[in-house]
Amino acid sequence: MQMTQTHEIMDVCLLAGKIMLENGAETYRVEDTMARLAASYGINDAQSYVTPTGIIFSVDGLTPTKLIRISERTNNLDKVATVNSISRKASEGCLSIKEASRELKGAEKLGHATPIPLQIAAAAIASGCFLIMFQGGWGDFIPAFISGGLGFAGMIYFHHFVKIKFFAELLASFIIGLTAFLMVSIGIGSELDKIIIGSVMPLVPGVVITNAVRDLMAGHLVSGLSKGAEALITAFAIGTGIAVVFAIY
Amino acid sequence: MVLLEQAVTSFIASAAFGVLFNVPRRSLLPCGFVGMLGWLVYFELNNVEFDSVVATLVAAFVIAAISHMFAKRYKLPIIIFSVAGIIPLVPGGLAFNAMKHFVQNDYNAALEMAAKAFMISGAIAVGLVLSEVINHVLRNMKKV
Repeated sequence: MQMTQTHEIMDVCLLAGKIMLENGAETYRVEDTMARLAASYGINDAQSYVTPTGIIFSVDGLTPTKLIRISERTNNLDKVATVNSISRKASEGCLSIKEASRELKGAEKLGHATPIPLQIAAAAIASGCFLIMFQGGWGDFIPAFISGGLGFAGMIYFHHFVKIKFFAELLASFIIGLTAFLMVSIGIGSELDKIIIGSVMPLVPGVVITNAVRDLMAGHLVSGLSKGAEALITAFAIGTGIAVVFAIY
Repeated sequence: MVLLEQAVTSFIASAAFGVLFNVPRRSLLPCGFVGMLGWLVYFELNNVEFDSVVATLVAAFVIAAISHMFAKRYKLPIIIFSVAGIIPLVPGGLAFNAMKHFVQNDYNAALEMAAKAFMISGAIAVGLVLSEVINHVLRNMKKV
């Protein structure tokens, strides 16, 4: 196999891995997809080492090993699904390396398909529904709706300015606690605890927790532990934000 | 009536989470369905006096099993379905109460609740993995 072609295949595999990892796929799925992609273009002994913060990929002793740094991770499962279907097509043999590269580059450019106002609306609705699920009264639906929406909007807004997720989450949960407390004290809501619990649910790191467990069980100890730490930090941020509100009043 | 209320709200909440995680549009309704089913299993088991850890374990198992079916049918990664289903089971309320007691210097109650929240998180994990393991065993048995 020619050197240039090997390089091309490596680039395609790395790009696929990068997109998946940045958008919330499990580590073992990233490794699996990269190996499959490589195999479908004739490289059977590809080695990859994937952690939440970087990918190391090597095909044989001849070409240099490549490394990609992952600095930001979000949840955009649509992109994961897109890459998944590209790799599926590739392993069926109906996608040339050039086409795969082009499609992946297209997938990388896709933004978050849901516009931000819709995301905030979804978070607000989810907060209200969680309140009912946790046995709250319908009278508290609107307060949970408002504080959940405000909290989520706050997180998106702060994350835009402060690139540290911890502070964005802390501030968001502080907003939630504060609005819930204000609404209860002026008599719009009745059960403060339930309103807060319902409203913080959209901030809960669900994808990270599930991925952490799946990775740990699949034997990806480093990834599992670091994702577990990520989830723990988020949970801690949410807890701290709420705790500050409680400490004030 | 209570059950209907729970079914509707859990369906909407799970689908809304699908929107937040930007799942492909065609999988939104299945996401809501997985979440609803998981929550109803949890809710009913909790109602008939099962411990919430056991209820969570069973619900997580059901969610993973159904997610697997959907993943095959829609040819999408399983995580799309299981994540939406798992969210309602995450012990947010317990963790919140634990935090609240910590702040109020009531460490005994706080530790008790934190331990319970930890147990429930573990139950979610075990439920998910158990379902996957059984699925693997079944697939391998078919091959033999």
